[in-house]
Amino acid sequence: MKRVSFFPVWLRNARVWRKHVLATLIGNLGQPLLFLLAMGYGLGREMAPIGGLSYLQFIAPGLVASAVMYSAAFETTYGSYTRLAVQQTYAAILMTPLGLRELVVGEIVWGASKGLFAGVIMLCCLPLFGVLPSPWVLALLPVLFVAGIFFAASGLIMTALAKNYDFFNYFISLAITPLFLFSGIFFPLQNMAPGARALLELLPLTPIVSLARIFCYGTLREPLLLKILGSLLLALLASLLAIFLLRRRLIR
Amino acid sequence: MGSGMEKELNNGRLSAAPVISAAGLGKSFGPRRVLDGLSFTLARGESVGFLGPNGAGKTTCINILLGLVEKSAGELRIFGLEVPRRHREIKYRIGVVPQADSLDPDLSVEENLLTYAGYFRIARRQARERTDELLQFFALQSRRHEIIEQLSGGQRRRLLLARALINEPELLILDEPTIGLDPQARHLIWERLAVLQEQGTTMLLTSHYLDEVSRLCGRVLILDHGRIVAEGQPQQLVSELVGSEVYEVEGTPAELDLLARDFARCDASMERVGDRLFVYAREDCSRLESVLGAARTWLRRPANLEDLFIQLTGRSLRES
Repeated sequence: MKRVSFFPVWLRNARVWRKHVLATLIGNLGQPLLFLLAMGYGLGREMAPIGGLSYLQFIAPGLVASAVMYSAAFETTYGSYTRLAVQQTYAAILMTPLGLRELVVGEIVWGASKGLFAGVIMLCCLPLFGVLPSPWVLALLPVLFVAGIFFAASGLIMTALAKNYDFFNYFISLAITPLFLFSGIFFPLQNMAPGARALLELLPLTPIVSLARIFCYGTLREPLLLKILGSLLLALLASLLAIFLLRRRLIR
Repeated sequence: MGSGMEKELNNGRLSAAPVISAAGLGKSFGPRRVLDGLSFTLARGESVGFLGPNGAGKTTCINILLGLVEKSAGELRIFGLEVPRRHREIKYRIGVVPQADSLDPDLSVEENLLTYAGYFRIARRQARERTDELLQFFALQSRRHEIIEQLSGGQRRRLLLARALINEPELLILDEPTIGLDPQARHLIWERLAVLQEQGTTMLLTSHYLDEVSRLCGRVLILDHGRIVAEGQPQQLVSELVGSEVYEVEGTPAELDLLARDFARCDASMERVGDRLFVYAREDCSRLESVLGAARTWLRRPANLEDLFIQLTGRSLRES
């Protein structure tokens, strides 16, 4: 018997995406680049260096991580919900030998790929702002992919629960935006009150932001392993939950 | 028996094995029982129609065949293979035309077919050849590079059919294949389906259009409340359960009372709906036509599947 994999689902999404590359790029990169410009260049000129980095240098790696988050999470909420509820793409796929697991994994890996792509483009833009990443930045790519898996799976969990597009406002306003603001992109967590710091360290984007900064500037003496393992575990758990919830929604 | 033959049997490829055998299929959604002990078989090369009002269980039954709904009772085999355990193998051999248009609106006609071929892991070259054949067969070659949004309703339906055939299925499941189409588009689709039937494709079809079912299906199953209420060849069922001819007469209640008394002398059953009398004649009642008079509005026509359908499932609306 032929093997089945998630790849045809990924390929289908890539085929569609190819037709709208420019629009999605602007959508995903507009915000982080504008933040880099306004906060990093605008506000940053007035600020003292943080840990030896200019403010622009300080926030740039975190904004790369945030680009991954936004791109992956938007893809598997608005994009996936359109495929699920409007275009009936999931129904069409489930009539073929592909099962629910291949479908969900395909969607998550696709969301993560888009996230990684947005992160890479963002990294490529950094030299324009005078930020030159160290060669260690290559080790950041798998980390960004894992973050993409987590946020894509989280978006898909929302899609599995959504009754309409408005539902995603909760996700964006109550989860994504706070993560963007409080995961250590814009201010260091080290000097905060221990309780607040512990809370913020537990947010899923925080280890990604730290790792992005570490790999971007090659400061490898900081601890890595726990952050990497924690992110992998979160990505796995979110994916399993997405499979469970979509199975409940699509197969009755 | 040689091992090759056993293997054949195991895969259900021997023509003797029914394509579908369902025994006592049941399904409840919470307290609502949608399928209640549905049993039927579908022989190789046969075309069977599922008829039934909304909520009768047609779509649920099809979704069980496709694995989108899990049965709560009964046994189901497709190509002799057990469902759901061997569903993946089964689905390599099934084609589906769904009721809802699920084409990819951003992709072109050709890309839709190639993408779908990918889900079946059909090699790229073979997929291209198959795509060419199907576009030709459904008169869509000139639309090959067009985006789905620019297609007419009939073209979309033809493309859905072409997509369902990409894996050269042994069983084709059609859920309302011509819903919402104009007569020209419907006839073109019927013509193509007839060609497929001649080539030996087994078909399971649901439809609300009874003319479509009597044209395409050698056998119909009429479902209501999750059970089969009648089964057989369309014409035979109609003459057995309805009669040969139907008189429809319009008139005042008093006039119709009088007529009903006259027609009672003939072997017929009658039904009053508003200001109309329906007489379902099981014998030649033309001797009574004189009582209808020249002034009244009436007509005589052959009994059809629609009469049977109404007779079995009632006139009340089913909205679920």
